[in-house]
Amino acid sequence: MTKWVYSETVRDHFLNPRNVLRDEKPEDFDAVGRTGNIKCGDEMVMYLKVDPTTLTITDCRWQTYGCASAIASTSILSEMVRGMTLEEAARITSKDILAALGGLPDNKVHCSVLGDKALRAAIEDYYRRHGMEDCITSMGPRIVCHCLSISEEDIEHAVLEGARSFEELQERTKIGTGCGECQEEAQRVLATYVHKHFGL
Amino acid sequence: MPEPIYLDHNATTPLHPEVKRAITEMLDIFGNPSSLHAFGREAKARLENARAQVADLVGAKPHEVVFTGSGSEANNTVLSLLRCNKTACRCDLGTRKGLVTTAIEHPCVLETAKYLRALGHPVTILGVDHQGRIDLEELRQAITPEVGLVSIMTANNETGTIQDIPEAARIAHEAGALFHTDAVQAAGKIPVDAKDWDVDFLTLSAHKIYGPKGVGALIVRQGSPICPLILGGHQESGRRAGTENTIGIVAMGEAARQRQQEMADEALRLGRLRHKLQDGILESIPDVVVNGHPQHTLPGTLNVSFLGVEGEAILLYLDAAGIAVSTGSACASGSLDPSHVIMALGVPVEYAHGSIRISLGRSTTEEHIDILLQELPPIIAKLRTISSAYRRKS
Repeated sequence: MTKWVYSETVRDHFLNPRNVLRDEKPEDFDAVGRTGNIKCGDEMVMYLKVDPTTLTITDCRWQTYGCASAIASTSILSEMVRGMTLEEAARITSKDILAALGGLPDNKVHCSVLGDKALRAAIEDYYRRHGMEDCITSMGPRIVCHCLSISEEDIEHAVLEGARSFEELQERTKIGTGCGECQEEAQRVLATYVHKHFGL
Repeated sequence: MPEPIYLDHNATTPLHPEVKRAITEMLDIFGNPSSLHAFGREAKARLENARAQVADLVGAKPHEVVFTGSGSEANNTVLSLLRCNKTACRCDLGTRKGLVTTAIEHPCVLETAKYLRALGHPVTILGVDHQGRIDLEELRQAITPEVGLVSIMTANNETGTIQDIPEAARIAHEAGALFHTDAVQAAGKIPVDAKDWDVDFLTLSAHKIYGPKGVGALIVRQGSPICPLILGGHQESGRRAGTENTIGIVAMGEAARQRQQEMADEALRLGRLRHKLQDGILESIPDVVVNGHPQHTLPGTLNVSFLGVEGEAILLYLDAAGIAVSTGSACASGSLDPSHVIMALGVPVEYAHGSIRISLGRSTTEEHIDILLQELPPIIAKLRTISSAYRRKS
């Protein structure tokens, strides 16, 4: 059989996904984070159990609607975060997930971008449930594109990496290619950062 | 691992053994059909024999067959009529520069239609109903005096749904427009007759009928105008320049001959297997919809959507189990949109992303269908367990 389009790690996590939420009840978890939607073709939900004294993730379960890379990236992420503190987990980026997966085809990268956003939403949920909103602020910027969970920070990074027009921003981040509702807001945020960094 | 099972015949087909034989024989016939000497005449004779075989399959005359490099090229050639500047032909559509086509055409028609629109041509794209058929009354109204060409596929590649081509051609002609049908998926599977249907143009492809890739044909009915897409040679009576792909063309001729002999029996056999497959899926898996028309459909094509799972994931699980199917869905192409055909049917989005196409062919056996029916239910169940978009019944 010839090689897969995906790495062996992706294949393994896709065919043998780890930590899928099966018989456990969602209400038994300390936090839930959801991102994406069916309309876009990908949706992920992550459930966390957290040790309240150390703020360490003791269990991470998930469900994902999507293609092979979406399933594999959530699966591997669920293994990565166990034992991490919430603060450490919040620092995981899409690049970290990509690296753990052994890479993804270019047109699939957005799938891994979703994993870290679902995790982040779950961490935010935990902070909110425990009156720790100040921790959310320190986690940084807000989400602009909810389908692909692209934040203001992602837009700023894209600008610093060379994106000036909305088309260039889309090329880099795929922002607004889901339902498209965020496009106007994304253009506003883009203009702000282009102005901030380049005075244009 | 057992022999892999191929259920993706609408994507392409393996070579028919007789086609292989014809190719092997042709490997030594190297003459240029344009040459007057014996080598050229030998090649020319084989070429013309193939032309007659292809014509026979679709109710055309040999001189109405123009060999091309693909079905896509044939479709592009027809649509280029509308932007003809009369440098290489005598066709004249006058002020009729408009195109009417449908939302479920192959991308080689839809993209060309977009291009024509960008050039300023009026283009109307007809929608289809929930079963994938166009509304003939809507077609009638769409053919205004500025429309020069109507292009409607005979059978759809993703759903297998068959349009009423004879009636559509009649409506187009009544309104003064030329009529083209892309019969790439239909020819060799159901009876196709360019003369009886009274179409001006008809597109064929060799690799969908157990011939090789890289060769197709455009039927141009006698008296219908044609404008060459490729200039610079007298080949194909000036309708398509370039030294003929003699090996490919002879192979396509043999493929057409074989189809004529095998088609009727095979249609019955595949129709029965398709029914068994459809019934089996509906019985063993909940929350499934069948896409396309229940009667007006190709005998070997089944398109089904599963609620709450994504098509590519199903495809790859089946691939791991040694079964090849296809999906027109989102992630396969890297876009976030489901297949344009499935969306045109109005399939709800929570189903549309989860569609797969199973297309049967010559080599398909009842055992293949049994194995698929055995493998598929646990795969769907597993993916639904993983899925956040499927509510589990407790």
